[in-house]
Amino acid sequence: MGKTLAEKILSLKSGGDARAGDIVIVRVDLAFAQDTTGPLTIRQFQAGNFKGLANPGKTALFFDHAAPSPNRELANDHQFMRRFAGETGCLIYDIGSGVCHQLVAESLARPGDVIVGADSHTVTAGALGAFATGMGSSDVAVVFALGKTWFRVPESIKILISGSFGPGVMAKDLVLNLIGNIGADGATYKALEFGGEGLKSLKVPDRLTVANMAVEAGAKAGLFPADRVTKEYLSRQKRSEDFRPLAADIDASYEKTVNINLTALEPTVAQPHQVENTALARELKGTKIQQVFIGTCTNGRLEDIAAAAKIMKGRKRYPRTRLIIAPASAQILLDAIGAGYIQTLVEAGAIIMPPGCAACLGLHQGVLAGGEACLSTANRNFKGRMGSPQAFIYLGSPATAAATALTGEITDPREVL
Amino acid sequence: MLKGKAFKFGDNISTDHIIPGRFAYLRSNLPELAKHVMEDADPDFAGKVSKGDFIVGGGNFGLGSSREHAPLVIKMAGVSAILAKSVARIFFRNAINLGLPVLICDTDGINDGDELEVDLAGGTVYDKTSGEKLTFSRLPEVMLDILDEGGLVPYIQKYGDFKL
Repeated sequence: MGKTLAEKILSLKSGGDARAGDIVIVRVDLAFAQDTTGPLTIRQFQAGNFKGLANPGKTALFFDHAAPSPNRELANDHQFMRRFAGETGCLIYDIGSGVCHQLVAESLARPGDVIVGADSHTVTAGALGAFATGMGSSDVAVVFALGKTWFRVPESIKILISGSFGPGVMAKDLVLNLIGNIGADGATYKALEFGGEGLKSLKVPDRLTVANMAVEAGAKAGLFPADRVTKEYLSRQKRSEDFRPLAADIDASYEKTVNINLTALEPTVAQPHQVENTALARELKGTKIQQVFIGTCTNGRLEDIAAAAKIMKGRKRYPRTRLIIAPASAQILLDAIGAGYIQTLVEAGAIIMPPGCAACLGLHQGVLAGGEACLSTANRNFKGRMGSPQAFIYLGSPATAAATALTGEITDPREVL
Repeated sequence: MLKGKAFKFGDNISTDHIIPGRFAYLRSNLPELAKHVMEDADPDFAGKVSKGDFIVGGGNFGLGSSREHAPLVIKMAGVSAILAKSVARIFFRNAINLGLPVLICDTDGINDGDELEVDLAGGTVYDKTSGEKLTFSRLPEVMLDILDEGGLVPYIQKYGDFKL
């Protein structure tokens, strides 16, 4: 019997024959924490009296969730993390570098790697063929110390992609459709594995959006094969040497297969307060929106900002709808400036935030008031996430977000293309 | 034997219900953070819960963030175990890593306020109020060992490594 991507990678890293259901100990290629989970990770590391980091060069701290620090408590946390980085020699990505998952994709993740992060959206790196998963601070602290962890090898669900996106339809619409279909616990303890002829039209930025939200279906990982598209991306990032081809065996065993035809997809929105609560954007016309947020590890990439700029060019945002944009990394910000997107968006009335998580989790840079509604390109719309528990969060693609910013109500981007 | 009162919640209780991201600035001040436990699911929970009580969820309890502060503030509130029909995987692992038992069982018959007795070793829940007896699924060996040591860090301190 052949192996799924998860079984292949976990076999390689455990040095054995890893099959779904097995419990294995694996070597970890990269372990990280960010600024809201890092302090507890460091405290657990200290509580364990561990001698030092197993691999300082494979250990990273990212400053993205509250960056720059919005208050003195978080400033103290940042100081605590910088001190730990100085003492241990781990990698540090300080404020302004960008969102951890985007930086991992740009600079660190390789096909076949095992990556663990104290952040649930660590699954993002599955886009490059890495077995990447989120863990808590204790688990990550132990990986910092030992360079390894244990996993139950997950069963896999195959997502078979065909076709290609129509105008105004993006990777976000694909993944929202998938979660609406299988549910917020449709893949709990399992891996989602993407395949099919439609993959060739999904570039790495699209794959990052999809893998990022695997966890919103409960998945342990969202895995793409490492193919020609991956190779091109790594080569553009000047990391050709990091590429290795990786594919599931043809006779691998899957719990089930879900078929998705990209050509048939329409702009989709998740309604408050669950990601699985999806509807078509056109069905929600008339829903007033006070804030539009484009950014995050889900949709803060150059292609996302480009999609918004294309729609906003020469137009103005609706006067009573705020438009907040946060590029996911410094590289993206520079590229967006170079391409003229930032100029276009600021002229349209957008506010540009520094690279980082920005408004996503209610800490700063766009906190919502009670009764307000936000259309966000992030991955979560849980009650209370962006500030007031009486606020309403809708999730959509950057194109849907830009269209909504123009009209002040949820709008199918195909109406304004 | 664990004994206490059931605090019943519905399906899909997320880590933002348990301890919202907007309180991240309190994460290095745990006593203050813990005052907000379950705030967005039940604003009065912190004042009502007593040592030994149980949180009883529906499906997909603990979905969302990897923040270990979620099971941590539940543990700090004195909750002796979480019972749910299913639990999101990161939350599940985090709770065990802190020595907080998570028991997967059919919680539909348990009502808010029911008096429960949990036999961890025997794998049973007795609802004294309804008279119903439930069984829960056994955890993998590695998780039982971690739970036995009171969490992952004490477990690694004792054994120096994972023992499988």
